[in-house]
Amino acid sequence: MSLLASGPIVTASTLSTSAGKIGQVLAVVAVFLGVLLLIFFAAGRATGRFQRPLSIAIFIGPAAILLIVGLVGPAIRTLILSLYGAPYKNASFVGLDNYKWAFTNPNEQSVLLNTLLWIVVAPVVSTALGLLIALAVDRMRSQTIIKSLIFMPTAISFVGASVVWKFVYDYRSPDQPQTGLLSQVVMWLGWNNPPHWLLSHPLNNFLLIAILIWIETGFAMVVLAAAIKAIPDDIIEAARVDGAHGFRLLRSVQIPMVRATLVVVLTTVMIATLKIFDIVRTMTGGNFKTNVLANDMYDQTFNLFNYGRGSALAVIIFIGVLPLMAYNIVQLRKERATR
Amino acid sequence: MSATIEAEKVAAPRSNASGEIRKAFSGRLASFLVVILTVLWTIPTLGLLVTSIRPGKQVANSGWWTIFTNSGFTFNNYHQVLFVGGFGVTGGIVPYLVNSLAITIPATVISLTFAAMCAYGLAWIRFRGSDVIFFIIFALQVVPLQMSLVPLLRFYNFGLHIGSVPVFPNLHLGGSLAQVWVSHTMFAMPLAVFLLHNFISQLPRDLMEAARVDGANHFRIFRTIVLPLTTPALASFAIFEFLWVWNDLLVALTFAGGSPKVLPVTGRLLQLVGQYGSNWQLLTAGAFVTMVIPLIVFFALQRYFVRGLLAGSVKG
Repeated sequence: MSLLASGPIVTASTLSTSAGKIGQVLAVVAVFLGVLLLIFFAAGRATGRFQRPLSIAIFIGPAAILLIVGLVGPAIRTLILSLYGAPYKNASFVGLDNYKWAFTNPNEQSVLLNTLLWIVVAPVVSTALGLLIALAVDRMRSQTIIKSLIFMPTAISFVGASVVWKFVYDYRSPDQPQTGLLSQVVMWLGWNNPPHWLLSHPLNNFLLIAILIWIETGFAMVVLAAAIKAIPDDIIEAARVDGAHGFRLLRSVQIPMVRATLVVVLTTVMIATLKIFDIVRTMTGGNFKTNVLANDMYDQTFNLFNYGRGSALAVIIFIGVLPLMAYNIVQLRKERATR
Repeated sequence: MSATIEAEKVAAPRSNASGEIRKAFSGRLASFLVVILTVLWTIPTLGLLVTSIRPGKQVANSGWWTIFTNSGFTFNNYHQVLFVGGFGVTGGIVPYLVNSLAITIPATVISLTFAAMCAYGLAWIRFRGSDVIFFIIFALQVVPLQMSLVPLLRFYNFGLHIGSVPVFPNLHLGGSLAQVWVSHTMFAMPLAVFLLHNFISQLPRDLMEAARVDGANHFRIFRTIVLPLTTPALASFAIFEFLWVWNDLLVALTFAGGSPKVLPVTGRLLQLVGQYGSNWQLLTAGAFVTMVIPLIVFFALQRYFVRGLLAGSVKG
């Protein structure tokens, strides 16, 4: 109990170092903004033909440098690394071997299959539920409460969410008092011998996907609700004069009007799903045949130090998102052309 | 001023006509479904909250839904998790909460500032290729974070060389907060520029031209016209960015490593999952502590949320 006794002293010192740290960080932020303001003033004095290029450089430069160093460069590097063998230094060129491994190794095939399952089920279900709630909640008296409660999981970290759900999926042998909610519920419903949820393949995949749906539905709902509110009244009015009501109105006016937003939501969730890492990492660690690309990639790179294979998996994730992005860009160009 | 009007229109009450239409389909069945979903969505978190205030012995032997028959409340779990530790864990979670704040605040401010500047530059200082640059930035959203981790780590630790020629010096950022800020800023950039560009490019042209005629340079226009008018979009993106950075685990694990000076609370929670194992009462208390700040941020600022984020991108 000496630990407990020393509690308050420890607390006092932690609090003072904490305050110091936050103070330092705020000072950094202030200096950052101050320097920027100074640059603005100095650059604002420039005249003549330097003015325009200087403005362009200052406004776009920082973002461009960050993007080149942080995303463009590494992407190219990863592409090259994926063609090389395991050690980082003096790795030998292996061509497409890493990709061959990714598609032929039975373990990796199950990873790819799981990832496919994730990117199909999670975005579709959460977007559909989000749309349903956004449409239905519109008229309800308690819409703020409902929206807030549905949105709440979106504000929770994946790690936090995993703790929440570990507790739902907890397993106890049936003769003991249950602590996992899911087991208890199915026992109340008459299934006396529930399985160990997270160990039973392929069910465990769906149970993990349910967590992501729980998180992303709020996001989909919030964005779609705004898009529905933005539909001009005269359009709805005109459709009504033409005799569209209820589901017909929904199908032929409201959904087409928010289609662009639907696509954005769907792609955003899908991209998030492809990169999903935290849920699998904290729930099962990728064991029991629940592994997905992003988690496997992390393991290959940082635990097995096989940069070649890790990079190849990252490239596969990249190629997976590419068509979605291409579609989005085509949509965006169309929209800009009509503007 | 049409931007502000547009932003208001999104939130404005609808006319009776469309309200009636919506009524037609959002009948009893839809309402019922939504209520069921809401309950389903809330129960897991409720279970966590209830568990975190029960004594350990009862948590191990009975479900949280039996709290009324197996009564017993305690705040000791929170005391232990926040300040003391135990079960092989030394020290509480408080320093890690501070780390999270120390990561999140600068990362949000820096990324928002640079993204807003870039969006303004692309939208209002038109030059050859500005559209192409915009599309490239938008497309960069596809680059998975994971692709950048290893090269970035090497960049921070060794600088940049082409062959043996140093192109960029080693900044000795390894293991510091700065590299976590910079990484988050990099990864936030594509989406931030895209969303803010949608908003900023729709500011009224007349206003900008009038300012130019009056002799204001781009820096002045950006500070005195663009920033004030863009506040709703900036606020809403700030909330999103805050939530993302606060909740991030991957970037933190990679760039902060296990260093307790830098590791944010999500990383600590992951360690606790291993350490506390079956001591659910502590784990749930820890999890709830990590949720409190994002939930406060969300509930306090939610009215800015979508209005600002979508005012530019949803066509009205």
